[in-house]
Amino acid sequence: MGNKTDVWQGTLALMVLKTLEAMGPIHGYGIARRIEQTSGNLLSLNYGTLYPALLKLEQEGFVASEWGLSENNRKAKFYKLTRAGRKQLEREARDWEQATAILARFLSPAEEA
Amino acid sequence: MRKLRALWMRVGGLFRFKGADGEFSAELESHVAMHVEDGVRAGLSEEEARRQAMIRLGGLEQTKIAYRERQGLPWFETLWQDVRFGMRMLAKSPGFTIVAVLTLGLGIGANTALFSVVNGVLLNPLPYPHADELVTVHASKPNFSEGSISYLNFRDWQRDNKTLAALAVSRGTGFNLTGMGDAEEVRAELVSSDFFALLGVKPVIGRLFAPHEDEVGREPLVMISEGFWARKFGSRPDAVGRVLTLDGRDYTIVGVVPVNFDLQINNFRASDIYVPIGQFRNPALNYRAAGLGIHGIARLKPGVTLEQAKADMKQVSERLEQIYPEADQGIRAKLVPFKYEMVRNVKPLLLILMGAVGFVLLIACVNIANLLLVRSNARAQEFAVRSALGAGRVRLVRQLLTESLMLSLLGGALGLALASWGTKLLLRLLPEQLPRAADVHVSGAVLCFTLAVSLGAGTLFGLMPALRIFKQNLQDALKEGSRSATGSRQRVQSWLVVFQMATTLVLLAGAGLMIRSLMKLSEVDTGFQTRGVLTFGLQPTPTMINQGPDAERAYLREANARIAAIPGVDAVSFSWAALPMLSDDEDLFWLDGEAKPQNQAGMHWAIRYIVEPGYLPAMGIRLRKGRFLAASDDEHAQRAVVIDEVFARKFFGNADPIGKQIHLEQYDDPATVVGVVGHVNQWGLDNDAVNPLRAEIYQAMMQLPEQQLRLTMMGMDTVVHSRYNAEATFKSIQSAVAQMNHEQVVYNPESMEAAIAYTLTGRRFTMILLATFAGAALLLASIGLYGVISYLVAQHAREIGVRMALGADRRDVFRWVLVCGGKLAVFGAVAGVLAALALTQVIARFSSLLYGVHAYDPWTMAGVTLVMMVVALAACYLPARRAMEIDPMQVLRTE
Repeated sequence: MGNKTDVWQGTLALMVLKTLEAMGPIHGYGIARRIEQTSGNLLSLNYGTLYPALLKLEQEGFVASEWGLSENNRKAKFYKLTRAGRKQLEREARDWEQATAILARFLSPAEEA
Repeated sequence: MRKLRALWMRVGGLFRFKGADGEFSAELESHVAMHVEDGVRAGLSEEEARRQAMIRLGGLEQTKIAYRERQGLPWFETLWQDVRFGMRMLAKSPGFTIVAVLTLGLGIGANTALFSVVNGVLLNPLPYPHADELVTVHASKPNFSEGSISYLNFRDWQRDNKTLAALAVSRGTGFNLTGMGDAEEVRAELVSSDFFALLGVKPVIGRLFAPHEDEVGREPLVMISEGFWARKFGSRPDAVGRVLTLDGRDYTIVGVVPVNFDLQINNFRASDIYVPIGQFRNPALNYRAAGLGIHGIARLKPGVTLEQAKADMKQVSERLEQIYPEADQGIRAKLVPFKYEMVRNVKPLLLILMGAVGFVLLIACVNIANLLLVRSNARAQEFAVRSALGAGRVRLVRQLLTESLMLSLLGGALGLALASWGTKLLLRLLPEQLPRAADVHVSGAVLCFTLAVSLGAGTLFGLMPALRIFKQNLQDALKEGSRSATGSRQRVQSWLVVFQMATTLVLLAGAGLMIRSLMKLSEVDTGFQTRGVLTFGLQPTPTMINQGPDAERAYLREANARIAAIPGVDAVSFSWAALPMLSDDEDLFWLDGEAKPQNQAGMHWAIRYIVEPGYLPAMGIRLRKGRFLAASDDEHAQRAVVIDEVFARKFFGNADPIGKQIHLEQYDDPATVVGVVGHVNQWGLDNDAVNPLRAEIYQAMMQLPEQQLRLTMMGMDTVVHSRYNAEATFKSIQSAVAQMNHEQVVYNPESMEAAIAYTLTGRRFTMILLATFAGAALLLASIGLYGVISYLVAQHAREIGVRMALGADRRDVFRWVLVCGGKLAVFGAVAGVLAALALTQVIARFSSLLYGVHAYDPWTMAGVTLVMMVVALAACYLPARRAMEIDPMQVLRTE
């Protein structure tokens, strides 16, 4: 656990959106597990913080939710991406790539020197 | 947009989070269950799996709280909490709440009422399109800065100017309306064609006057008001084209002026009848030097500034002066913006009252701040406990502020209710001539004002106790009966009371000066008797017009005799020129021995009264020398005039004026002075002494030249003195006059007493309001002082008890309390006198409200200080008595 990174501020929403895009409708627990797996178990996600983030996305209209049955026939709330959410994902992904690219430029020459 | 949607949903979340809470619980439950299942599948015991799941979740309750905060609006929920708590606190001490809300309600209500007047009168734009382009136009003359414009000058100004989109004139008049039931006198305005178009008035039906229809010699036309249209024609559209008989002449109706048209500017008043100025049957219309009471309004061309228009009109008048050196010597067009013209007389008055009422609210706020301070001390422990339990100071301050804002909003709501009623009361009290009274109502701006004042007041008095929380030492407060905190709060309270006292004194000084002014004014000698004097208008039958001077004189004699024969009437006189306090008129002359001046500017001026012999007894004017005009001063006799003592002193010095001759401008023959009478107050009690024109001259009606005698048949004033009351007298006169001829009318009765009172309404109004405000302030301040001194006594009860036990005299205790209160009052009085000296200067400088007293009038200052000190000591009396009655044994026992 020691070398796991906390989720950076503001990136959780992007991860949730991306996960929903990749997985289709999925419940909160599934999203949490998926994020951990995708990060190669490098991220330590406090599952509790996921739900306010999902609620915020729902309030903003990026995701929609409905009750359904899980793979084990358990009642669970499923989230899915809305069309606005898809656009938001594209926008945020682009912003994020731009930001990392800029940072990379700062960091790479220093490595070469 | 997204943010807004989220906010909206969160606001929605506020009201249904109970159901949603359950839903989220279910979601969490399924989350945990799935997590446990996975754990069990991975080989953990169910217990261990659940433990792991909880750890990874970060706690069930914590998650729920985080979720709930996102769901609703946490700050709103805290606010709601505070409000509910505040309501409980306020309900817990209903006495405090009621007193505070009432005090605030009165303060805010008075402010709101006055603000709605200020807003309607001073701030609202005028209800005309592009009202900022509108100006009034006058002719400035050597004697009058805003004199009337002669008809010929008006026409030339209209033609020659380059900066005005339109220039129009008006003049008030009256007509005898016949042929529609009983003959009646109708008020009318003579206007030029552009008048209504310039203001943007659209006729209800028909049309406005067309260009050139206002010229002399055109066909007689008339526009009528919507009210008149409804009254006389049942609002039937066929009224247009019909004929009105005015002064025996037929005028064709061309249009109807809308009922909402209301303009009070210059001498213009909305009337029932509007007639083109060219119909004015006064031969002086074609006399360039004549002052006929015509005033103008104009609209500047778009983009033209007032300065440019003034410069342009100056050029125009200077050119006319060169062309007509005799008539237009020194005459200049004068432009005054509409709004300024309408409000200049009331602006300082309203602003002073607004300031005064603001002070009252400030004093009320201080009182409530003091009450809250006492309460906050009582609640110090509560706050200390809450803060020990983890409440932040900001959170506590927020709660205190919420409480005080709730108080002030309650007060504001009450104030608004009071104001909607108070505004009506104010308008009834206000001088009748208040311009734009119709624009005064509780509007959106007024609501905003009330809200702002309420919030401001709430913050002001709430902040003081709230800030103390920051200074408070928790440990001290938790311990019972801390002394250090009490001491500093006592000091704050004392300063607040000193401030209240000072502010109150300023208000008292203002009210005192107004009362002194009114007292001085009531002592002013009018020069005539006011009791029993009645004036009214008389309009002979239209058939009398153009009957020739002999018939006219015969008519005057008969009408005079008929009125004089009425029981109770002692004296009667017709009057056709100036009347004291009611109307004015001037005459120009030069003295015997002086060369005839080239133009009017070189002549002397006097106020002209054209009257009959009965005038002297009717008005009770004092005869100083010689005789008054007599019946024998008629058309056959030599021209005789009577002058007043001001005239005599000014033009004849110490020489005996009797028998001296003067040359009146309008007559070829000289007039002989036959008598001197006492000066009569022409310009109103407060203005007469400072008016540059005070010399007065009396001429006999029977000696009027033919042209002017003819004009008297279109209406004149009558003055009678009666032993009976004005109403009964006027009734008998009405029937006597109708008996003589049913087509003639008497109208507009006014007693001299009422006329004089009317000149003082503005002052009386200010005095009443200022005195009311000052009284309210005094009451509030004394309550404040009473509160502080009572508190002082309660705080020091133990000490007093000990002192008494050690042998202190009860009278010493009594004196000690009075001295404590007196000290505060003295500080307040000193500060207040200093502030009052500065502020009353403002009243004196920017308004003409003071009469006969200096702004620093020592008697007033001493008087109001005395009143305040007496009231302050009275406020300390009860607590002092209480201190005296402290039983030392009891105090020592409880110790």
